[in-house]
Amino acid sequence: MSLQVEELTVYYQTLKGDVRALEEATFRVADGEIMGLAGESGCGKSTLANSLILLKPPMRLVKGRVTLDGEELPIHDMERMNSYRFERISIIPQYAMNALNPTQKIGKIIADLVRWRQVDFDDILPELKRRLDLVHLSYDVLDMYPIELSGGMKQRVVMVLSTLLNPSLLLADEITSALDVSSQKAVMEMLVSFRGWEFVRSVIVITHDLSILYQVADSILIMYAGQLAEKASTVAIIRAPRHPYTRMLISSLPEVGVKHAERRLTGIPGTPPLLLNPPEGCRFRERCPVAFEKCVDVPPFIQIEPGHFVACWKEFETNARA
Amino acid sequence: MRRYFGRKLLIYVLTFFLAVTIDWLIPRFMPGDPVQTMLSRAALHAEAREVMYGYYVRAFGLDVPLWQQYLNFWNALFHGDLGTSVYLFPQPVVKVIMRAVPYDILLLLPAILLSWFAGNHFGAIAARTRWLDNTLLPVGYILTATPYMWLGILLAWVFGIVLGIFPIAGAYSFELRPHLSGAFLASLLKHWFLPFASIFLVKFGGWAIGMRNMIIYELESDYAHYLEALGTPRKLIRKYAFRNAILPQITGLALDLGVIVAGALVTEVVFSYPGIGYLILQAIQNQDYFLIQGCFLFIIIGVLLANFAIDIAYVIVDPRTRLGMTGEGA
Repeated sequence: MSLQVEELTVYYQTLKGDVRALEEATFRVADGEIMGLAGESGCGKSTLANSLILLKPPMRLVKGRVTLDGEELPIHDMERMNSYRFERISIIPQYAMNALNPTQKIGKIIADLVRWRQVDFDDILPELKRRLDLVHLSYDVLDMYPIELSGGMKQRVVMVLSTLLNPSLLLADEITSALDVSSQKAVMEMLVSFRGWEFVRSVIVITHDLSILYQVADSILIMYAGQLAEKASTVAIIRAPRHPYTRMLISSLPEVGVKHAERRLTGIPGTPPLLLNPPEGCRFRERCPVAFEKCVDVPPFIQIEPGHFVACWKEFETNARA
Repeated sequence: MRRYFGRKLLIYVLTFFLAVTIDWLIPRFMPGDPVQTMLSRAALHAEAREVMYGYYVRAFGLDVPLWQQYLNFWNALFHGDLGTSVYLFPQPVVKVIMRAVPYDILLLLPAILLSWFAGNHFGAIAARTRWLDNTLLPVGYILTATPYMWLGILLAWVFGIVLGIFPIAGAYSFELRPHLSGAFLASLLKHWFLPFASIFLVKFGGWAIGMRNMIIYELESDYAHYLEALGTPRKLIRKYAFRNAILPQITGLALDLGVIVAGALVTEVVFSYPGIGYLILQAIQNQDYFLIQGCFLFIIIGVLLANFAIDIAYVIVDPRTRLGMTGEGA
C-alpha cells in the first residue's frame, strides 16, 4: 500500500516567475521497498522529497495528491502535517551533520522532540539505547553536545533519532554525499538494516550517485529537469534502461576493468534547461540523440513492462512496433 | 580549565599595566600647566604667585623628573592613593569619584538591564511578526542612528521646557540636601527620569535590532529546518533559537555593564547629571591630571572586570567554549 504520489506538481515562487521544479510526478513506493531517486543537481529530487514532508514557501503546491498507507497527507498544510511528520513520515536531511542544535545535549534534544508526541523519554530510553547500540554508538552520546561527536557519529545519531518512532516512510536525502567511500557503504547498509529491523517500512534514497543505489535499492526512479524519466527495478535500470537519458547516464559511469586512458568516459553533451521557462514537451529533447517531432509534447509516464515505467515517445513507438 | 584562566589572567594583568601607563601619559601630553590654570583664576601679585606656584607644584609632586613621577604614581596606586584633585583642591580624587559613582550606577544599571531585557524580547518577537517588523523596527533604527546628544536635547526641551514636566538639570532639586526623605527621593526620581529614558530608548533600539537579526539567522539554520521537518512545534524551535541568539547579546551586555563606572558622558553633560561622565568633562577642562587619571582608572578596571566576567559566563552558558578549552589554543 505504502506511498502513492499522483500528479504532484510543485513550483518555486520567485520574483521572475515560477520555477517549475517538479511536474506531474506520479509513482508509488511499495511496502518495504527501498526506492532510489536519482538525477543530476537541480533535477527536482530534493524538491520531490521536501514536498512530501516540508512544503513551505517559496515552494507552492500546484496540484497533486499524496497518499500514505491509504490516508491522504495534507502536504499543503504546514500545521496539520505536523502530526504526520516524524511519526509516519520522516527525513534524514542532507545536512545531517549540522542538524542538531549545538548548545543542547543530544539526550535533551531527543527528550524535547518525543515529549510533543506524548511519548515519555524514560519509556523510550531502553529502545533508544538498543538502537544506539545497533549503530555502534555508546549511550554516552546522550550526555554529550553535538560538537563532541565526529561527523559520522552525528549522522548516525540523526538516523536513529529520525526513525525513533518507526515511521512508515523515510526520506534519506543525499546522506552519503559528504562521506568517504567506505563510510558510504556502511551508512547504506545500516539503512537497509533499519528496514530489516522494521524501524522503517519504506525508504526513498535520494542521491546523484547511481553506484550507491545499485548496492541497496530495490528500484530506481530517474528524474530529469523536473520530470520523471524512468522507474524500474534496480537491475532493469542498470542492465536494460529504456529512456535515452537513463541509457546515457548509465554509460557515463566508469566500468571495472576498462582502462579509461584508452577509452575516454563519455558524458552527456549539453546542459539541463533552466526551469524558470523550461522548453515545452520533453525537457530532455535538446540533448537527446533520438528526439523527433513528437517530443514537443510532454510524454506520459507509462508502464511498458510490469513495474517498468518510462516517459519517452521514441520508446513507446518502438514498443508499439514490436 | 586552570590553564585557560591562567592565560586569561596574564593577559588581563598585562592589559591593565599598559592601559594604566597610557592613562598616566595622556593628561601629561596635554598642552598647558594645571597649576598655572588654577592660579590664573585668582588675581595675585607676581611674587605671591611665584610662591604659590612653587607650593602647589611640590604639593602635587610635579617638581620631580617625569620618570620619577611615573614611579611615584605606581607606588601611590598600590597604596590606594589616586592623588589630590587640582580642580577641587584639596579633596582627594578617590573621594570625588566615590561621590559621583552612585549616580552613575543609579542611572545606568537600570537603563542597561531594562533595555537589554526588553530589547531582546521585543527583537525576538519582531523577528517573526511581520507587521511589527515593518512598523516598529524602523523606529528602532532611527532611534539608534539618532545622534545621542540631539535626542537628549530634544527630550530635555520637550519634557523640560515646553511641557515642564521634568527638570532638566542636576540629580535632585537645588533646594534640597541629600538625605533620606520622601521629598528628596521624589526629587531624585524626577531628575533621574529623563536621562534614564534617553539612554533606555537608544539602547533598546540597538538590542532589538541585534536580536531580531540573530533570531532570523538561527531560524534559518540547519537545526531549525530539521526540527521543522520533524514536525516540532514552533514554540520549541523558537526556544532553541532564542537561547542560541542570546549568546552574542550577553557579550554586549557585559561590555555595557563594564563602562557603567565611566558614566554616560553625553547624557550627563546634556542633563548636568553629576556622574563620572560629567566629572571627566570638568577634569579635562581644568587639566586636572589626577582626576582624569582616576576616572580613567575606574573605566579600565570596569572594562577588564566585565570582560573577565564574560569569559566566565561564556564557559557556563556556551558548551562550545567549555569543551573547546581542552583542545588546542586552550
